[in-house]
Order: sequence, then structure tokens, then C-alpha cells
Amino acid sequence: MRQLAKHVLKLVITLLLGGLLAATLVRFAPGFGMDEAQLDIRLNNQSIDALKRQSKEGLGAFYVHYCERLLRGDFGMSRTLERPVAELIRERMPETLKSVALGLLLGWTLGLSLACLTAMARSAALDSIAGIFCGTLLCIPAAVLAILFVIAQAPERLVLAAVAFPQIYRYARNLLIRSMNQPHVLTGWAKGLGNLRLLFWHVLRPAAPQLLAVAGVSASLAFTAAIPVEALCDLPGVGQLAWKAAMGRDLYLLVTLTVLVTAVTLIANSTCELLGNMLGTRHA
Amino acid sequence: MKWARMAAIIFLLTVAGACLLANFVAPASYAYQFREEPDAAVSRHHPLGTDDLGRDRFSRLLYGTRVSLLLAPAAAVLASLLGLLIGGLAGFAGGWTERLVMSATDLFLSLPWLFLLLTVRAVLPLNVSPILSVTITFALLGCLGWAGAARMICADARSVRESEFVLLARASGNSGFRLLWRHVLPNLRPIALAQFWISIPVFIITEANLGMLGLGISEPLPSWGSLLRELQSYTAITGQPVQFVPLILFIAVIGSFHLVLHDEELTV
Amino acid sequence: MKKILVFQLLIFALASSAFAQSGGELRFVLHSEPKTFNPLLTEDDSSESVRYMTGGVLVRVNRLTQQVEPELAKSWKVSKDGRTISFELRSGLRFSDGTPFSADDVAFTMKQLMDPALHSPTGDMFRSGTGQVQVNVSSQTRVSITFSAPLADIVRPFDQVAIMSAKSPQKEMAVLGPFYVAENKAGEYLILKRNPYYWKHDGQGRQLPYFDSVRLDILQSQDTEILRLLRGEIDFINSLSPDYYDKIEAENPALVHDAGVSLDSEFMWFNQVPSAPIPDYKKAWFRSTNFRRAISEAINRQDMARIVFKGHAQPAVGVVSPANKFWFNSQLHAHPFDQKSALARLNQDGFVLQDGILKDRDGHVVEFSIVTNSNKNRERMATLIQQDLSGIGIKLNVVTLDFPSLIDRMTNSYNYEACLLGFVNDDLDPNSEMNVWLSSSENHQWNPKQKTPATPWEAQIDKLMREQASTLDQNKRKKYYDQVQQIVWEQEPFIYLINHDALSAVSTALVNAHPTILRPQVYWNIDELSLHQQVARNR
Repeated sequence: MRQLAKHVLKLVITLLLGGLLAATLVRFAPGFGMDEAQLDIRLNNQSIDALKRQSKEGLGAFYVHYCERLLRGDFGMSRTLERPVAELIRERMPETLKSVALGLLLGWTLGLSLACLTAMARSAALDSIAGIFCGTLLCIPAAVLAILFVIAQAPERLVLAAVAFPQIYRYARNLLIRSMNQPHVLTGWAKGLGNLRLLFWHVLRPAAPQLLAVAGVSASLAFTAAIPVEALCDLPGVGQLAWKAAMGRDLYLLVTLTVLVTAVTLIANSTCELLGNMLGTRHA
Repeated sequence: MKWARMAAIIFLLTVAGACLLANFVAPASYAYQFREEPDAAVSRHHPLGTDDLGRDRFSRLLYGTRVSLLLAPAAAVLASLLGLLIGGLAGFAGGWTERLVMSATDLFLSLPWLFLLLTVRAVLPLNVSPILSVTITFALLGCLGWAGAARMICADARSVRESEFVLLARASGNSGFRLLWRHVLPNLRPIALAQFWISIPVFIITEANLGMLGLGISEPLPSWGSLLRELQSYTAITGQPVQFVPLILFIAVIGSFHLVLHDEELTV
Repeated sequence: MKKILVFQLLIFALASSAFAQSGGELRFVLHSEPKTFNPLLTEDDSSESVRYMTGGVLVRVNRLTQQVEPELAKSWKVSKDGRTISFELRSGLRFSDGTPFSADDVAFTMKQLMDPALHSPTGDMFRSGTGQVQVNVSSQTRVSITFSAPLADIVRPFDQVAIMSAKSPQKEMAVLGPFYVAENKAGEYLILKRNPYYWKHDGQGRQLPYFDSVRLDILQSQDTEILRLLRGEIDFINSLSPDYYDKIEAENPALVHDAGVSLDSEFMWFNQVPSAPIPDYKKAWFRSTNFRRAISEAINRQDMARIVFKGHAQPAVGVVSPANKFWFNSQLHAHPFDQKSALARLNQDGFVLQDGILKDRDGHVVEFSIVTNSNKNRERMATLIQQDLSGIGIKLNVVTLDFPSLIDRMTNSYNYEACLLGFVNDDLDPNSEMNVWLSSSENHQWNPKQKTPATPWEAQIDKLMREQASTLDQNKRKKYYDQVQQIVWEQEPFIYLINHDALSAVSTALVNAHPTILRPQVYWNIDELSLHQQVARNR
């Protein structure tokens, strides 16, 4: 119980710190408080001054108000979209969760499968082909991938999978090959152990803690990658919202999104670390 | 695959040579606009045609390769080394040090660093040279790109710390820095190398996208990123195939480096 | 000429109403979510699009003829002193929820519009003096509005005032236009449905609009928009960039329309703010008329029009686009591309070209930066200017910034040297540009918020703009404004570069579409648009 309380406290402190740091970065970035409407030549000086006055709250005051509202479940008002932040996130989160889930599922299925195949086949040709294929995907900008998917009338959500897959493959491949090259694996091979048994019990299992660490990081990277992918593919998710918020220096929205991404990162990494420790202990 | 490695070496040397001798090899200045020939097709005077402003594509490719080939791997080395050191140290130390460092890493992964980049641009003078601007961009990317690798390396370092050979090394009297440097860090290569290879293309593409925020390379100096950015439209993708040459070169160079610099211990 | 145009329009109207097919859904794209449905607060393009399609206005500027036509108001009268406008409204009209329309709604709308706390951009256009606006409702169909000072063009701005209901429980969502907002899936699409109480009928007595609904998909990417048009998933693209125009034309020439040169312009200017954090010697350069004229003459506008805008543009002359036939000063011509003349002007100010590098009289190398937003065409323009200026020994550094950072530099820190931007102009009348030309204004970009005019020519512009705003005689106004254009042409506080064409793409299935240069280019007559029978049936 004490351990759990400690973890929860750590999570809350990290989240609050994340929010404060994000608020600091945004507040002091150039363009904060600026509004495109200021360039509307129909507006007179008084109207423009009123626009400029809208967001001059100090950082400390802002964050205190933000935390107070947070306790009431109110995440503030989006300046760029003029709607409650909570409502915006609630509307768009399902879209992002679908994209991220599909991206990770496909990315891991393809990446890990290809890495296993490369490791077990022990074929330099296959390794090179897989390396070139993944290298090619890494080198193609997400915007180009997005347009190709639109031309092919393929679901744009798959762009995230195309972004995640080569990275997952690269990490997984290196870890599995290191595992494969361990003496006990060679012994097992020599003694005639089946490929699948070798793969699951003696290659994947020892590399599991590291693979789980990769999984944890890939979850948070997928959320981060969702921002440009959703913006490019016009997917109405949280990522697209984050991009609009960034371009509009929308403080409430950005701080809330940072807290959200921090929470996802912490939960994903902590869960994977816990699982990794369990597997590592059992294996030892 | 010795022949493949040999071919890769020859290819890389050719590319490096062409870039270093760009002043002699390029048919025109990378900046000069042949205004009567925008979007020109391949010809004797313009081996890869011209871009939308009439600039020789081949010249721009040579000079762009020079910039990216030097800076992107340097930034990738920086990010990978930082990841290796921070993750390696944290995993090796364990306990509250590891927990603190990993919490900080998770936080680092989540923050909107775009605003730091915007602030850096605001602080830099407007009349900064294109080379300095792109160098600063890549340096920033290197300093910001370590967190994901650090997390993964930490997990790896934890299992290496608890492995038998490290136990033996400790028993033999190794401890502290020597143990870390000679026995732990070298075994963290898989993730560090993976991070390195992934970072190069990611940084090149990111540099291009940062161009719209005032960072990255500025006109007229080209980079791979700015050449790839030209492809980011329907008209470009369905236009002249020669526009894809920078992408093909990019893929070929990354692939060749990979063949040439592979780690024996990570070979099938 | 005008009679021929009117005759043509009559034929179009009759022909289209004869062949128009009722029903179906019109589909096109908005590039961002509308920020508001309150018609008095629309600033962004998407909100203005929705306002145009849903709002009922007292008068409408016909986008084809550019003449003011009656809408909710059957007729109007302007008092001799130019302060009062009296409207005779149509009777028996209702809002989209059935609430009756009357003069009280006009009064309510004007009261809201002129509330200083609202800071409505449309309201600010009407603010001619410091006093209150008086609205007098004399009957259900008669209302007069009196402003504190004369308004030179008192009628046209009402084209942008969508009348709101004073009584409807739906508030701003109850509308008098051809459509009302029926569904809004945030970030994805908007559905507008036909207003069952819309008052207009076609020549054959059929109630307008012809379309049952309008679907507006929210898409930022013009690449996706083009693919959708080519696949027949949307019916038009309202504003097309030249690259995409040529691309679509190559695939299907019948789809594209070039309505001719638009009212919009691309221009650059130098920072002349005295307190700007730039070196004093650079401020001295930028304040010199010779310097600005030299830069202008060193830039090849023809190349810009041909290369960046693929020939769908022409060199800009000055403040007013030639498309604005009445207000354009036809005595003026685009500054010629003449680098010799440019160098001669610079020599007059003590600049010297040495070994291909231009230096001022104190030996400073002439090097400066130009900031612009991340817009492909502007980046290309800046790169062309970079080469042009290198021809006279000037080193230009191009810096692309995101929009908020750019606005910060332009309006807050003044930390920039030169800026390249564009002007989107929806209004023909010079009064709409008052806040650009008055030296005390925030939007007097090169040196805003001056306590007193910094130069005699700015003082002259202030005087001329105020004079044209306070007289009702159009010919006098034209004379004053011609002089403003002359001064700007001579002094070049803004170096006008290009007026680009109004480009659009329209499906051949869409009937009665006549793209114009005034926004909204394609759907300005949305209540009269329809689809060919077969296509309508399939929707």
C-alpha cells in the first residue's frame, strides 16, 4: 500500500512538474499572446489593444489558476478554438487512440516478426533486404507517405504504423541478434532444439526486459509522432489539436496535452519496467 | 556479403569525392537561378534538370549532400552518446538514482521542445549564416534526441549489471567507473547503434521541417532535408521522376553506411 | 458594357433556373474549423464562409457585377449629410426556426455590432466618430441608422452584417440566409441544411436554394483537396494555388478557372520604427526613399509572376489592384526592373558598389534580412529577390518564421529588418484600408502608432484619407485616393510586387457556377447553384 502511494505521489509530482515546464516553455516562446486577428485591418487601435491584453497573465498566476481548475476537473478554455479544453480532448482522443493503437499494433507485429525472422534465418541477404526496406521507410518524410496513402486511397492511420515499424524493427533486430549470439543459444542449436522453442525461450525471453523498454518508449513516441501525422493526414485527433495549439500558442490546451502525454509516457514506461523486472527475475 | 560491402565503400567514396569536389563537379552554382528554364527536364547542361526556380538540381544535390552528410551523423552521435551515458549510468547505479533519472527522462520525452527551438530562433540574430543556423539546429536535435534511447539503454544496463560476467568482474576487483566503462557500456551497443541509425534520417527530415520555423538551412544553401521537402506535395510526387533522386541518394547513402559500418557482434 | 453584362446575367439566370435540378448536396472543403458562429465576430476564413452561407444581409454586393443589390432590404436611402441610412425591409420573412423577422432584429443586430466591448471587426468598419450609433425603428419594416460622423461609403459594409434575431431562443444559430448549421462534427465536417423559410425564389417561382444541404469537410491539406476534386468527392476548390492550377489543368482543363487578376497583392516593406532593435545605420537606409526605390527597381516582378505564379499574376503597380477598376489610378505603372537605375539611386545616397559588394558611405556592407511566413510562394519570392538584389551587391538573408513569431516581430518587438507578406482584400472601397494608411494606426505596418506623422508624406496621406472618408462625392474621393496612390508609388513604404489571379477549380457537374475575383469566388451565388440531374440523383 505504501509502495503504491509512493508511486502515485511520484506520478502526480512528475505530472505537475511537466505541466509547469510546458507552461514555461510556451509562455516565454516568441509569439505568445499574438493573434492573427491583430493583422485584420478592419480593427481599430482599441480593438487591437483589447486583443493584446487578453493573454498577459504571469506564469505563476496562470499555473496556480490552472491547478485550481484542475482540481475541479476544468482544464480551461482553448484560446484558438474558443471551446473548453476538456471537451476538445474528449472529442478527439478516440481518434488518436485508434491511430496510436493501430500504429503500435501493426508496427510491433511487423517489426518484431521481421526481426525474429532475420535473427532466426541467419541470412545476410534477408538482413540486408530488411535493413534496406526499413531504411527506406525511415528516409521517406511522413508528409510524402501521407500523400502516397491518400493517392492509393489507403487508410491514413497506417502512416503511423509506417513511421513506427522501421524504428521498432531496428531496435528489436539488434537486441535479438545479440541474444542469438549468446553461447547458450548456440549450444541449444547444436543440441537440436527446435527453432520456435529456441526463439521463445532462449532468444526472446532474455531480451524481453529490453524489448519491453522499447515498447514503453514506442508508446510515448507514437503519441508524439501522432502530432505531425494527424496534422498532415487531416485526422481529427489530439495530435492535430496539439499542432494547432502550438501554432496558436494556446497555453491551456498545450499544458493539458503535455500533462496527458506525460501521463501516458509514465504509465507506459512504468508498466513495461514492471513487466520487464518480473520477467527478468523469473528468468534469473 | 563482402561484395556488397565493397560496392558500398566504392559508392560512398564516389559520393564523398563528388561532394568534396562539388566546386569542380557541379555544372552551376547551387544558388544560380536559370530563370528561363524553371522545372526543366534532364539535359546535357542540367543532368537532373532544374527546380521550380530554375536552379540546377544536380548542383544542389551535391552541396546539399555535403551539409547533411557531415552534420546529421554528428548530431546522431551526440544523441546516441548522451543516451548511452545517461541511460547507462542510471541503469548501472540503480536504486533511487535510476528512478530519478528515468522520471526526468520520461518528463523530457513529453515536453513540447518545439518552443525551445522557437526561443532559440528568437535569440539568434536574423542575419545568421545558413551554415551556422543549420549547425545550431542539428546540435539542438542532438541534445534533445537522447531521451528515448536513454530509457531503453537503462533497461539494458540493468540486466547487464545483474549478469554473471559483471559479477565476475566485480569479484576480480573492478568497480565504479572501470566496471562501467570496460564491462557495461560496451554491452549496450545494440540499442545505442540502433538509436544512431534511426536518428540520422529522422534528424535530416526534422531539419527540413524546422525550416518553416526559421531554423535549419536557409536559402539558398540546400540540404537533403530541404530537397526532400520539395517532394511534400501532390504536384511534386506526380511530377518529374527526377525529383526523387535526392530521396534515392539519401536511402542509398544510409544503406551503404550501414553495410560498411556494421557491428560484427550484431551480424547474423 | 454594363448593359451587356446585365443582359448576360439575365440570360444566365433564366437558363440556369430552367435547367436547375433541385436537391442533392454541395460538397467542398474548409481549411480549418470555424472559430465562431457569431456572425458579428467572424475573423477567420472558415467562420466567414459559414457566415456568408447562413447569414441574411440587408444588401448584397453582387460578386460578378460588384454592384450593391437589395436583399432583406427592398430599398434604402442615404441622407444628404451621409450620416443616416434608412432601410425599407421586406415583410413576411422568417428566420430559419420560424421566428418572424422585423426591423427590431436590425436594431438588435446594430446594437450588438456597435458595442465597443465586443470589438467586432465588422463593427469597427462603421466606427466613423466617437459618438454612439442611433437606431430608429419606425415600423415593422422601416429602420434608420444614424452614425456620429458621415460615412463615405455607408451602404457596402452592410454586405457583411448578418442580421441576428432579437427574439429567437436559438440566438445566432437562427439565420436568414439560404442555409443553417445543422451538424458540426468538430475537426471533421460541418453540415448546413436548406433554410425552409428562405425568402428567395427563382424566376419560375421555385424556392431557393436548389441544394438540400452543404457538406463542408475540414481539411488542411490542399493535396488531399485536389485528389478529392479529381475523384469527384467534392464539387469545387474555392482558392487554388498556381502549382495546383497547372496540375489540374493538365489532367482536366475543364475544371480550372482563372477569373483574372484579383484584388490581393504581395508586397514587402522595411522596418522604419525608430525604436526597433536594429543598427542605426540600417534604420537610415530603410528611411531613405532612394534606397526603397532602388530595391524596388532591382526586383524583377515579371520573373516573379512567370516563375512563382506560373504566369497567373502580374506585376503590381501600387496600393490598388487594376481589378478594382473605379479606384485604380490608371496613371501609374509598375516600377520597371532596372538595376542600373537602382544603382544610380543608391549612388545618390552615397552607396558604392565595390568588387560586387554594395557598401554605404560609412563602409557598412549592405546586408539585411527579410522575414516571411512559411508559405511556399512567399519563400520562392524571397529567394528570387535574393538573387535580384545580389545583382546590385546586396546580401539578403531569407528567414521563414511561423506566424505567431512573425506577428511578434512585426507588432511587438519590432525586431525585423524587412518583411514580405500579402494582403487579402475583400473590399473595393478605400475606407476599408483606413487602418493601414493612418500613421496613428496599429496596422500602419512600417511604423505603427505614430503620435505625429514621422514624415511630411505620411502627414499628407493622413489628410487625404480623412478627406476622402468625409466626403460623399465619389469623384472627389477618387481624386483624393489617386493622390494617396501617387504618394505611395513615389515613396514606396510598401514595395508592391505582385497581384495574383483568382484561381479556382469547379466540377463540370456544378451548374451556374461563375467564379469571380471577389470572395467567395465560386459560391458567391450559392443559393442558385445546383448539380446536373444525374449527379444530384446519386447523392
